[in-house]
Amino acid sequence: MNILIFSLILLAGAYVAGLLGSLTGLGGGVILIPLLTLVFHVDIRYAIGVALLASIANSSGAATAYIKEGITNIRLGMFLEIATTAGAVGGALLAIFTPVNTIAILLGVVLIFSAAMTIRKKHEHAEQTGSKLSYLLKLNSSYPTPTGEVSYKLKNVAGGFGIMLIAGVLSGLLGIGSGALKVLAMDSTMRIPFKVSTTTSNFMIGVTAAASAVVYLQRGYIDPGMAFPVVLGVLGGAFTGARLLTFINARTLRIIFCAAITFVALEMIYNGLNHQF
Amino acid sequence: MNIFKKMLGDRDIELLIGKQLRTGVVTASCIALLGGIFYLVQQGAASVPDYSHFKGEGAEYTSFRGIFHGVAAGNATEFIQLGVLVLLATPILRIFFSLIAFALEKDRLYVFITTLVLGIILFSMFGGLKI
Repeated sequence: MNILIFSLILLAGAYVAGLLGSLTGLGGGVILIPLLTLVFHVDIRYAIGVALLASIANSSGAATAYIKEGITNIRLGMFLEIATTAGAVGGALLAIFTPVNTIAILLGVVLIFSAAMTIRKKHEHAEQTGSKLSYLLKLNSSYPTPTGEVSYKLKNVAGGFGIMLIAGVLSGLLGIGSGALKVLAMDSTMRIPFKVSTTTSNFMIGVTAAASAVVYLQRGYIDPGMAFPVVLGVLGGAFTGARLLTFINARTLRIIFCAAITFVALEMIYNGLNHQF
Repeated sequence: MNIFKKMLGDRDIELLIGKQLRTGVVTASCIALLGGIFYLVQQGAASVPDYSHFKGEGAEYTSFRGIFHGVAAGNATEFIQLGVLVLLATPILRIFFSLIAFALEKDRLYVFITTLVLGIILFSMFGGLKI
């Protein structure tokens, strides 16, 4: 196979990953790694390098629209980024001492968890009493809904911060946005309305991924020959996905894709256990 | 009235941050696309490098110096890496903008929080963690 054909196939694959990532809400990066390793037989370290780039592109591209609508809680995002960036740097350091097969198994587990998270019941209720820290850190805010501005308050800020630290470590170690864990921290622990937690999580992913990507770039994980088709493909796919979501009901699709992704994740775990990476 | 004004200012800064993020991604993609086309024109017919074994990239792709050197020499692959640099710089620049925004609002607490985040990322960049 020559470089031209490889690049075009990779572009198409990355497009599908971006599309699926956007339709399921999992993000492009997390689907990209199994695609690159299982289908293209790329070393998982190269896959992690370009997946981080895809996460940054996805997050930064989508954030614009959400900020415009005024849903993203920027203060909350910034506060939690202390945890996710510190975690991501730690994760990137930890990656040196972690065997690649362990990384593959972990990735499979996170993938299954993420798929399960996207089909569970969402928390939509806006809490009206916040914890002490939420006032101290000025994290309580409001967001627009079709029926007008709704104000919400945050619970258990310290607990959410702790989960974000773990999300950061996983992000740095596995090269993914770990959006599902971020939403878990905000949604289930801090009791933020679903729309706010999804958009704020997306807003944070770019910064979290950049914190570990600068380490990976210097370690030589990011190859230009793979970087350009992957970044362009994932961005294109995510863009199409965002458009499609306004036309189609993604509920059924989401369940089908999540089942498919669980299957892929099991293969990652299986191959990891058999030391195939 | 005063509160209203303050909120408006807040929104403006948020919108600016949003715009900056999109500009960064669009710029990075354009550079990567251009570099990619050059790369395919120059080397498209060559066989695919062995990606199934990790060797790690050399200094030409992993350091500011190497990348800028290659871009000046007109190398397509370094040009793609320049796009990668722009992409990496986008969220980092976003934090920097937020820092200015919070400073303008005289929000000391968030100036501190933002500086901390920026510090962690700069440490990650220059802290010699590559090993």
